[in-house]
Amino acid sequence: MGSQCLLRAEDLCFERDDLCVIDHFNFELNPGDILQVEGSNGSGKTTLLRLLSTALHPSSGRILYDEKELSDCRYEYCSNILFIGHQIALKDSLTPAENLDWLSAIKLSNDSILKALDLVGLRDYVNIPNIRLSAGQQRRVTLARLLLSNAKIWFLDEPFTAIDAQGVRLVKHLIEDHSKKGGAVVLSTHQSLDMVNIRRLCLSNEESGANLW
Amino acid sequence: MDWNWFHRMGSPRWFYLVTSRWMPWLSAATLILLVTGLVWGMGFAPEDARQGNSFRIIYLHVPAAFLALAGYFLMAAAGAVGLIWKMKLSYMVMKCAAPIGAALTFVALFTGAVWGKPTWGSYWVWDARVTSMLILFFLYVGVMALRNAFHSQEAGNKASAVLALVGTVNIPIIYKSVDWWFTLHQPSTIKLTSAPTMHPDMFQPLLVMILGFYCFYALALLLSVRVEILKRERKTAWVREIVGEHLTLKDSGLR
Amino acid sequence: MVTKTRSIFFTYLRRDLLISYRRRGETIGPAIFFVMATTLVPLALSPEAESLRGIAAGIIWVMALFATLLSVENVFASDFKDGSLEQLLIGPNLLVMPVLGKVMAHWLTTGVPLAIISPILGLMLSLPSEAFIPLVASLALGTASLSLIGALGAALTVSLQKGGLLLTLIVMPLYIPIIIFGSATAQYGIDGFTWTGPLAILGVLFAVVMVLCPLAIAGILRLTTIT
Repeated sequence: MGSQCLLRAEDLCFERDDLCVIDHFNFELNPGDILQVEGSNGSGKTTLLRLLSTALHPSSGRILYDEKELSDCRYEYCSNILFIGHQIALKDSLTPAENLDWLSAIKLSNDSILKALDLVGLRDYVNIPNIRLSAGQQRRVTLARLLLSNAKIWFLDEPFTAIDAQGVRLVKHLIEDHSKKGGAVVLSTHQSLDMVNIRRLCLSNEESGANLW
Repeated sequence: MDWNWFHRMGSPRWFYLVTSRWMPWLSAATLILLVTGLVWGMGFAPEDARQGNSFRIIYLHVPAAFLALAGYFLMAAAGAVGLIWKMKLSYMVMKCAAPIGAALTFVALFTGAVWGKPTWGSYWVWDARVTSMLILFFLYVGVMALRNAFHSQEAGNKASAVLALVGTVNIPIIYKSVDWWFTLHQPSTIKLTSAPTMHPDMFQPLLVMILGFYCFYALALLLSVRVEILKRERKTAWVREIVGEHLTLKDSGLR
Repeated sequence: MVTKTRSIFFTYLRRDLLISYRRRGETIGPAIFFVMATTLVPLALSPEAESLRGIAAGIIWVMALFATLLSVENVFASDFKDGSLEQLLIGPNLLVMPVLGKVMAHWLTTGVPLAIISPILGLMLSLPSEAFIPLVASLALGTASLSLIGALGAALTVSLQKGGLLLTLIVMPLYIPIIIFGSATAQYGIDGFTWTGPLAILGVLFAVVMVLCPLAIAGILRLTTIT
């Protein structure tokens, strides 16, 4: 088990239309870490997650994966991350099985998809087009991605929205499991999480930079 | 190689201060060249053998058409610099070059129509040059419309810069295609927009006018960019200093 | 780790074709527009075969162009709305392949049907039968370029609310070389000249567009979509 840092951000800055959204942000992510990003609305939680998952490019500063600059190992990094954001990224006219198939970075067998859907409680909905599922059920399909992915780092933006208590328990279990296996999770949520090994990071509007506590 | 001067050029303030010194010279040059060219061409150049006096409109038409096309390439180049080096000043130049270029294209089309009526009997003729000018006008309008449609200035700048570059690649293709299309349907030997070999007495004022239009374009662009800089940087100290004396007068009038 | 560089093209091609099939009503929209709009011409002009014959090739090409323009916005619009585009940008693969897959799906569901239906419209507009083959060939090849260039415009306007009209404005000047040589191919067929000439130029244009557009589209998507 290596104590090598998985992901590191150094002096990360992000500007949008002359407004500084992320200012000189530093943090480290090690295998097994669960990092909860907190902050009021507009403090930049989603922006931070998008920056770390390469959806956005930082204005300055750098991100290092396994001590390598992101620009040098982009393919390797992006193959090892999973980002689930506010939008569910499911096509309405496709079934959950079909959606999970094209969303996956690796070729999945039918069995594994069915097993994953079973675990999130959607066994009866395998062949129903996504548009006919409720918001909560669609959310559970995206959670099934967590079961099917072999990514090392998970970036989850408000993963507890629109799911019931059972779903919340499932997500917490998945996160803990992933952390035990040596993966890392960065999530933003308002919910208070009582998990072992969790670190909290607070992004505030008033001061520049982030407080790590 | 010392690229400092290049990056310094990207500073709006530096650009504003440096161009302040050029403005009076540029204005003088523009005025002199344009007046000289117009008076010479409209008044003193000899009459054309076939077209009489109506050909004189080319002293406006040709330079305008010239600058319209050159202006598009300048706009695209500014966009490219902005994309590659992320220079905000570059995007400002691109933003200001667009309406000037579009206006010049319109002038070229309008003067072309004015030329057409006495010469070929109709205000509008679908020949290769005029059609290409019209398409250039649409390309300009597209770039401007695209930039204005975005809420985020940054995204708008990037998108319109890319569109300007796509247009640049397309312009030679479009011109060649329209040329081919025209010869396809008008195989007659009379080329409507053939450039007759011009008598030097007629050509010299044209040269003066072209130079004058170049100076005019530069003047208009610099004026426009300077205003844009003042607008964008209005919160900084150096801009307040420059407009400071005017502000106090204005304030007293406001209340 | 399994690399899917080659099959990501097919993943997105298959996915978009499947979506088009599931939404069949929407997918045949361009073809229906094509037929309906072409029908307007004799109603607006004159039913006489003589007057229609002269403009048939051009009219069919213009209508095919409009039909393509109307549908090309969908290439990226729904992906942008539901977040699939974001997932694509985060993925490790080069964007060029999925983009090509999506544009090819668009061409297969829009351009190819237009090309196949065109002889029927040719019949309605008194197009001489010698022109049928050049018309179909020019449409099949030309609409591929139209899909690619249209997708470029769609990528530029994807994050805009009312992007549709703006898309048509910025793409139409870029379509002009395609339509010039496309309708010329059909016209050559009518006049009895070798129509493979303009068709070859159409092919060259397609080659240029095929190489440059996916790259440009990938760059545009990275630059302008996520704000």
